[in-house]
Amino acid sequence: MNQAVLATNPSNLPSRFERPGILSLFLTLITVWFVAYSFQGAGISLSELATGFPEMISLLSQMLPPDTSRLPRIGWSLLETFQMALVGTVIGIIVSFPLAALASRATSPHPVVYQLARAIVSLFRTVPDLVWALFFVATVGLGPFAGTLTLAVDTIGFCGRFFAEGMEEVEKGPREALTALGASRTGIFFSFIVPASLPSFITSSLFSLEKAVRSSVVLGLVGAGGIGIELKVAMDMFRYSEAAMIILCIFALVILVERVSSRARKKLLE
Amino acid sequence: MSAVASMQSPTSSPEPTQKSTPIIIDGLRKSFGPNVILTDVTLSVTAGSAVALVGSNGSGKSTLLRCLVRLIEPDSGSISLLGDDVLSLNRAALKRLRSRVGFVFQKHNLVPRLSALTNVLHGAQGKVPSPRVWFQGLAPQHLRERALACLNEVGLADFASRPVDRLSGGQSQRVAIARALMQEPEIILADEPVASLDPEAGEQIMELLARLARDNGISLIFSTHHLEHAIEYSERVIGLRKGVLELDKPNTELTTSDLRSFYEPSRVSNESE
Ligand SMILES: Nc1ncnc2c1ncn2[C@@H]1O[C@H](COP(=O)(O)OP(=O)(O)O)[C@@H](O)[C@H]1O
Ligand SMILES: [Mg+2]
Repeated sequence: MNQAVLATNPSNLPSRFERPGILSLFLTLITVWFVAYSFQGAGISLSELATGFPEMISLLSQMLPPDTSRLPRIGWSLLETFQMALVGTVIGIIVSFPLAALASRATSPHPVVYQLARAIVSLFRTVPDLVWALFFVATVGLGPFAGTLTLAVDTIGFCGRFFAEGMEEVEKGPREALTALGASRTGIFFSFIVPASLPSFITSSLFSLEKAVRSSVVLGLVGAGGIGIELKVAMDMFRYSEAAMIILCIFALVILVERVSSRARKKLLE
Repeated sequence: MSAVASMQSPTSSPEPTQKSTPIIIDGLRKSFGPNVILTDVTLSVTAGSAVALVGSNGSGKSTLLRCLVRLIEPDSGSISLLGDDVLSLNRAALKRLRSRVGFVFQKHNLVPRLSALTNVLHGAQGKVPSPRVWFQGLAPQHLRERALACLNEVGLADFASRPVDRLSGGQSQRVAIARALMQEPEIILADEPVASLDPEAGEQIMELLARLARDNGISLIFSTHHLEHAIEYSERVIGLRKGVLELDKPNTELTTSDLRSFYEPSRVSNESE
């Protein structure tokens, strides 16, 4: 044992730290400089923070106690927000499913279809939801329908990608076994790919619902329905205690949905 | 020892070959890029017989078995399976042929989360092209009953509703065999079916597979590194070395030490040169 240790030449040990190459050194310096420069661009200002601080305190104190008188109205508006989120997510999931099958290397019928489907999914994902909301408000008009469409598109961008990845991640043994016994591509898709990627479908779908509930809150700011508009009006009219009530209700809704969703995930995946 | 594979030219007697010789391989070649994996493999297997395929890792056993049903496309040569000229079949005909050939892999390759019964039912997919065989809940009663009978054949009738990820390795491989039985196959190809099982389970599975093949008149080719299995459960042992079929003998003429020496490259090549 000792002899064996002695017999190995210590100079074979790798050095403790890799020497950085000239290129990576250069890139590091550029990155550090850019981060520093960005602080300037971000308008960081301690003096403004200092003057703004008392304002924040005063605004917060005007919010308390939250105004409960408008609670019923807030409740209805919150329900509409949640319904937008729910329906948007459901529509999004329904559309995502076939789209993901086309956008997954494991199931796509043709490379051109694959690239096209992936392009659509990334377009939906990379354009921010507020931009979609502005687009739909301009085309279908103000109100919850614009918001629902926005959330559906958002869901497709998210679920389309993760459903497709879920389908790509299934092990390949069962597929080979089913091919070997003469199953068709359709048969393999429904009898293997779908059940095998079900956990990832469930996880992505529930997560997407949580995400939709959070974004549905702000869509109202651009007139796409939901409670956002109530919040904006309350703030604009300096009704801070009402605004506080709205924020509390939003907070409660988001927490509730996250709780229920994580319960459901555990239940469905066990 | 120049044990060249016994050749039975497919052209010599075209009439009886179909029934009596369900597997005829002639001059099969396969390369992956520059690597030649199979060189001129020629082999025929008589109906209802069990053939063991041995050879060290990388000698081409899996490639050979996969080529037979075109899970891997061979480069050249000819394969006749159950009277079909495999390499000239179109997609639909290939599916029909595949439905008559059971394939058991080293890994059970079952669909996770689904029940044992549903997994067995999947064996009918080649012959019954209907969504009803995707899940046991949708399946016609007679197919459900047949799937249960197949599970019963492998001793797992009590586990029909158990999700397969909650079965042991040996049990899973039994379900995979039941799935193959569901095909009512005329040939079973088994690629190291017991390699990932403990010795006891391996023995049981090999026993089961050989018995089912024998009882149902199924022709069986199984690859294995268990030399005892090769001799005990076959009537004939063939061996690949670097893609060349260099051994082909009745099991009665072989001992495990003969087979062991087949695995040692230097000794045997000295003998055969
Ligand atoms: N899809 C593939 N692509 C490239 N090489 C492969 C592929 N499949 C198998 N091989 C190579 O073919 C050789 C034979 O493999 P295999 O048939 O699996 O041997 P065995 O089953 O006897 O261990 C190995 O060297 C392996 O690396
Ligand atoms: Mg192998």
